[in-house]
Amino acid sequence: MEVIAGVRWFLTPWEFAPLVQAAIWGAAVLYLSGCWRGAWPGIPRVAAFAIGLVGFYVVTQTRLDYYAQYLFYAHRGQHLVLHHLAPFLVALSAPAPVLAAGLPRVVNEPWRRWRRSRWLTVLSLPYRLLQHPIIAGVLFVGLIYLWLIPSVHFDAMLSAQLYWLMNASMALDGLLFWWLIFARDAAGLTPCLSFGKRVALLVAVVPPQILVGAIMVFSETNLFDVYSVCGRAFPINPMTDQQLGGVLTWIPAAMMSVIGVLVLLAMRLNELGGEAARRPKTLEVA
Amino acid sequence: MRAGSLAGVFVAVALLVACGDVSWRTKDISGLMPDLAFELTGESGETITASRVEGHTTLLFFGYTSCPDICPVMMGKLAAVMQRLPTSVAEQVRILFVSVDPDRDSPKQLRQYTDAFGARFIGATGTQEQLGALSKRYRVTYSYGSKKGEAENYLVSHSSAVFVFDDQGQVRLMLRQDDSVEAIAADLKQLTQL
Repeated sequence: MEVIAGVRWFLTPWEFAPLVQAAIWGAAVLYLSGCWRGAWPGIPRVAAFAIGLVGFYVVTQTRLDYYAQYLFYAHRGQHLVLHHLAPFLVALSAPAPVLAAGLPRVVNEPWRRWRRSRWLTVLSLPYRLLQHPIIAGVLFVGLIYLWLIPSVHFDAMLSAQLYWLMNASMALDGLLFWWLIFARDAAGLTPCLSFGKRVALLVAVVPPQILVGAIMVFSETNLFDVYSVCGRAFPINPMTDQQLGGVLTWIPAAMMSVIGVLVLLAMRLNELGGEAARRPKTLEVA
Repeated sequence: MRAGSLAGVFVAVALLVACGDVSWRTKDISGLMPDLAFELTGESGETITASRVEGHTTLLFFGYTSCPDICPVMMGKLAAVMQRLPTSVAEQVRILFVSVDPDRDSPKQLRQYTDAFGARFIGATGTQEQLGALSKRYRVTYSYGSKKGEAENYLVSHSSAVFVFDDQGQVRLMLRQDDSVEAIAADLKQLTQL
């Protein structure tokens, strides 16, 4: 009985967010229905999508969100999942065909027609702009920095609306970035970068993340006093909290780039080996 | 996320950083938090709501009477501020001390505690549900030290900030431990005279 009570305590959202719930459950239903209709992409990709989706859910709609609000390092862990881990897995699973197959038939037909129309080309311009490799890299690192400016961070942790905006911006930018890194469909809306550009982008975002993590680890002042002001989830030395947060921003975040490069390399080798006869069209060496 | 919403993010942040025609010496938190609202138990065991302090500039502080450090220092500082303020200004100010330790802090004990700091200090506490709702509303938390239940001398970790609401019940300022008596007094004077 105690286990059930504990599970219920953990699973009860600290702050129920209808939009987050709708987005995650909607994506899950769409994906399942796509699989059901024959777009089954194989166990590894389904697992990657599922784990990514569960990751988004667990860090925003369970008790973990309480700790993320009242402990700095838990907050850094939350952003690691929102900006790196979960979108990495979702993008890696290349879910677009499955999700499209899952659309209800009433939507599916007009959607396909619309996809071929010129309107989409015009409307997708802002998206293509955001997915320019330089802009995408600057956004990826810039958002990490923006929300870590001490005064901005202070306000974001005080205001429920800003807190929500912060987490939403991290999750959406994470999806944009990793989507660009792992894009496989040359005919899709997302620019299909060369193998070399993808690797360069992954490598370029590492030093600034190491820098901001190191600043937090080696700083001798408490940069984020909002956690002292509002109370911590449990007693922990503020400097220890900040250093743990810095380590979480530094090491796993930079490691995701390394893993990303390895995945790209595997995809590239797979392509070269499997289609040796044909010239690969999607991932060409820059 | 499309360009529009991203631009929105930056505009919102830029506004937050840039706005403020009046300058404050303590932290300006206008618009960041909801208006003052609560349901608690007062010093006579009666139910009190925000109407108890309606029309007053209200300072909200979370603590507990057996607190050894943060509370006595902050409450002492606020008492000094009240003495420094002209009577006409002090009359418009109420300090609401909310105990997050209802097991030890009875209404009677709260009355004794707040009376020691001045007539404009009001004590209040509530059930865990009421205290949880109020602290969540102002995005603060509290927790009990490990000795809870075993000994009488457990510590309570709680927020160290004071939230200042204007006479309309809207959140305006946050007072922190390192704010000086002069700075707090100047800001309260400015706030009541706006």
